[in-house]
Amino acid sequence: MEQNNRKAWLYLLPAMLFLGVFLVYPLIDVCVYSLEEGYNFASQTYWGLGLYNYAYVLRDPYFLQALKNTFILVIITVPVSTGLALLISLGLSSIRRLQELYQTIYFLPYVTNTLAVGLVFMILFKQTPYTDGLVNQVLSWFGAGPIDFIDGPYWAKMLVLCVYTVWVVMPFKILILTGALASVDRTYYNAAKVDGTPGWRIFTRITLPMISPTVFYLVITGFIGAFKAYSDVVALFGTDLNAAGMNTIVGYIYDMLYGTSGGYPSYASAAAIVLFAIVLTITCVNLLVSKKHVHY
Amino acid sequence: MKVTLQNLTKEYPGRGRKQPQTVAAVKDFSFEIPDGELVGLLGPSGCGKSTTLNLLSGLQKPTSGRIFFGDDDVTELPAESRGVGLVFQNYALYPHLTVRQNITFPLENRKGRDKLTRQQMADMAMEAAGLVQIQDLMDRKPAELSGGQQQRVAIARALVKMPRILLLDEPLSNLDARLRLQTREEIRRIQRSTGITTVFVTHDQEEAMSISDRIVVMDRGVIQQTGKPQQVYDDPDNLFVAKFLGTPPINVFDGRVRGERLYIGDEAVLPVPGIADQDVTAAIRPEGFLPGPGGAFTCQFRGMEVMGRDVSILSCHSSAQTPVIRSIVSAGTAAAPEAGMIRFDLKPGKVFLFHRDTGARLRF
Repeated sequence: MEQNNRKAWLYLLPAMLFLGVFLVYPLIDVCVYSLEEGYNFASQTYWGLGLYNYAYVLRDPYFLQALKNTFILVIITVPVSTGLALLISLGLSSIRRLQELYQTIYFLPYVTNTLAVGLVFMILFKQTPYTDGLVNQVLSWFGAGPIDFIDGPYWAKMLVLCVYTVWVVMPFKILILTGALASVDRTYYNAAKVDGTPGWRIFTRITLPMISPTVFYLVITGFIGAFKAYSDVVALFGTDLNAAGMNTIVGYIYDMLYGTSGGYPSYASAAAIVLFAIVLTITCVNLLVSKKHVHY
Repeated sequence: MKVTLQNLTKEYPGRGRKQPQTVAAVKDFSFEIPDGELVGLLGPSGCGKSTTLNLLSGLQKPTSGRIFFGDDDVTELPAESRGVGLVFQNYALYPHLTVRQNITFPLENRKGRDKLTRQQMADMAMEAAGLVQIQDLMDRKPAELSGGQQQRVAIARALVKMPRILLLDEPLSNLDARLRLQTREEIRRIQRSTGITTVFVTHDQEEAMSISDRIVVMDRGVIQQTGKPQQVYDDPDNLFVAKFLGTPPINVFDGRVRGERLYIGDEAVLPVPGIADQDVTAAIRPEGFLPGPGGAFTCQFRGMEVMGRDVSILSCHSSAQTPVIRSIVSAGTAAAPEAGMIRFDLKPGKVFLFHRDTGARLRF
């Protein structure tokens, strides 16, 4: 028994070393950093331990702006992208002809380079001296004035960010959901049909509960992914996000570390811990809600 | 509710170049099910019995032919408007709903004038549950039930909406042997007490024989014979039906008729008045052998098997189509093989002659 245990630990050692060095140690380190007040990057010294870093971050208007942006992004994009993906997968699984072609088309954004996607969105939304962008052109047909989506009002920028995020995250969700829908046993639908169940009721009472674990998985990963949004924002609005008023929490952390105003690992760590706490809370709430509505 | 099938045909399209011709799963199927009867559709896998059931339920549309429930032509009606109760082979109970919710599910679909109150639905569900004796299981999930209990829930769900006809697809195939015996009695009892015209599909002839008022033997989409189980067993119309019904299976021999006598090998084993001289296929039920020293039919003795009340004599013969001939005699019958041979007399009613090529019955 003892011998076996030692062997088992030996087998686990490589993974534990790897996880320890790259996951556990940094995690602890971030906690420690976030508590070290007045940390000096050059001399690696600090004054004392305390919660000052948190107080600073939570009072920093840039952080509050980032927090607000992130929350808006999460609250809009997670339900919208999951809902749309569900609709599209339902459509996809109810057509026979050209199903594979459409599946490929819907999956294309997933394998497309982020920068290329960013460029396409530029063409759609960006105002230049030569053109107002495609979206503005369409708007002008309805008599709506040109709106500067990239450097203009806050809501316009938020709209672009949300559209972009939804568009980027949807392919993966569609892929997973079409798989889940295809795995529902057809006899359930036949049984429901013989009993004269209307289509919407089949969807809400049979299809949705059957694929609820998948939907739940997508919602949780969607929340986490959206809370960690950063690269999309950079692709759309450039690197000076604080100036654009479009920073996110992860963007704020990055700026605190490496940005032009950077060099404050303590503030960055405190912000990271706050983000961690938010994501943890949301995930726990999700898990609680799911107990009632997810059927494994 | 009387059910009438008229020249029902279901063809599936061919699959492109490899298999361009259409495949007929059910061919020119005409049959009438009297009101309140329990009918078994019986046949080997792929004979079209499940397709027939799906045509009855409306889940599939026939290529041609008509279906009547009573005097109503329901051929064009979709499944939901036919008022059939269907029990699926795998039961198709909704796993996320309790037994109670599963049973009330069909009731909740009713709209307008037929809409039921919660209380009415609960009462009807309880009544259906009482019929299959699962009142104690109402708040469990299907995964917490045994196979037999799931089967009952499925039947209750089919019955709760007072279907015009009840359809059962291989209702016993997922149950173990003991439960199967018990459940088939149960199905019989439920059918009797509700009086609902019931059609069930099975490949197990014993199942069909034991509970059906009437059986329909099918092969390759064509009705081979219909009738009361015993009558079909005693008087098969063709070789397929004779072979398909009966356990142990019927013994088949290459024989010939000369001068109104049936020859198997070199022995004249049975007078067959009225049959012209020709080569025939002779089939003898296991219970058609009477062992005795003066018997006309000589086989090589292979052994005896005592199975409870019956004794099987195993023997073989060069003209038999199977390596072993199995005959069943009641225990205590003297069977005395001499020099490795055993002699039988044959019971005329248990010997069937069939045309050598077409398999059609030659009656004598």
